[in-house]
Amino acid sequence: MIDWDLIRDLLSWALFLTGGFSVVAGAIGLVRFPDFFTRLHAAGVTDTAGAELIILGMMIQAPNWIVVVKLAFIAAFLFLTSPVATHAIAHAAWMVGFKPMQGPDLRYEGDGK
Amino acid sequence: MSMFAVATAGIIAAMTLALVRAFAGPSLYDRVLAGNSFGTKTVILIGLMGFLTGRPDFLDIALLYALINFAATIAILRFFSYRQSSKTRAKPMSEGEA
Amino acid sequence: MGRFIILVLALGALWLLLSGYFDKPLLLGFGAASVLFAALMARRAGIVDNDSVPTGLFPGIFGYWLWLTFEIGKSNIGVIRHALAVEPKLSPKLFYVPCQPKTSVGKATFANSITLTPGTVSVDLGEEGILVHALTEDFADVGAIKEMGDYVARIEGSEA
Repeated sequence: MIDWDLIRDLLSWALFLTGGFSVVAGAIGLVRFPDFFTRLHAAGVTDTAGAELIILGMMIQAPNWIVVVKLAFIAAFLFLTSPVATHAIAHAAWMVGFKPMQGPDLRYEGDGK
Repeated sequence: MSMFAVATAGIIAAMTLALVRAFAGPSLYDRVLAGNSFGTKTVILIGLMGFLTGRPDFLDIALLYALINFAATIAILRFFSYRQSSKTRAKPMSEGEA
Repeated sequence: MGRFIILVLALGALWLLLSGYFDKPLLLGFGAASVLFAALMARRAGIVDNDSVPTGLFPGIFGYWLWLTFEIGKSNIGVIRHALAVEPKLSPKLFYVPCQPKTSVGKATFANSITLTPGTVSVDLGEEGILVHALTEDFADVGAIKEMGDYVARIEGSEA
């Protein structure tokens, strides 16, 4: 006979660990990356992989199906709104004249270095 | 130690890092980005808190927070784009101004 | 009219699942009233069209989301590796990708998919297509992004 509770716990542990790792890695990237446009990518990791994996882990541990549905709604809202917010920030910065660093030597366009 | 506590610890560490970026800036948009990222992590934190305290009703608050966070980010960008357009927009800005 | 009925059904399902009340007639009545009020207001404001109730995307969108999930997973690993590398080798790049989807819903889905995939962010939508910022040369794969656009163009249907 199979111990379903044990399998559920192991699955959740795996999801929480990978999700938590992604969230922390995204935040480290947010602090470390050199300019604004590269930081956008780091924030994206947290929004997608980190958040959704942890929510999936919580779904597996949910005590009843209403909780599963609510977690699914949270996941769906994050999935639909986070790219819009990221794009809005990137577009706003672009419109006021922010120029990203380019190329492997990370320099701004027209920079004489 | 429960798995929720581990995930909560990870989220709080990441939130601290996001705050570091929000304070360090250097530009307004870095701060908005860090604030938005902080908000996403808050949603997860509220959900985890619900499981840690055995009260899944917290998920309603998390859902609401996800929507408010999104609306707030858009509203802040709107506000600053109006302020921006009232000033001269001719010269391109480098990072650190604004 | 079909779109209006779909909106009412979707709002009703949302209300039922979020409230969790199935056997309290008074509360169910209030729920039905608020759903109808919201749907009628949306119709009065003239916003019940393909942008707010994108029925054209269904059912193809579910397969697309599944496919997108795997794409997101793959590029997440790449970005995390750069974030944790001792000496990150970034080579950011800005380039245009042609935008195949024709409807506004299709364009929004495509641009948001680019943003949702870590390593690429859509910055601007112009005449030449979508302006994309990529973290490194590897992520700046125009072919792969065009493939995503082709997929969206296949499922988007027509503007009705």
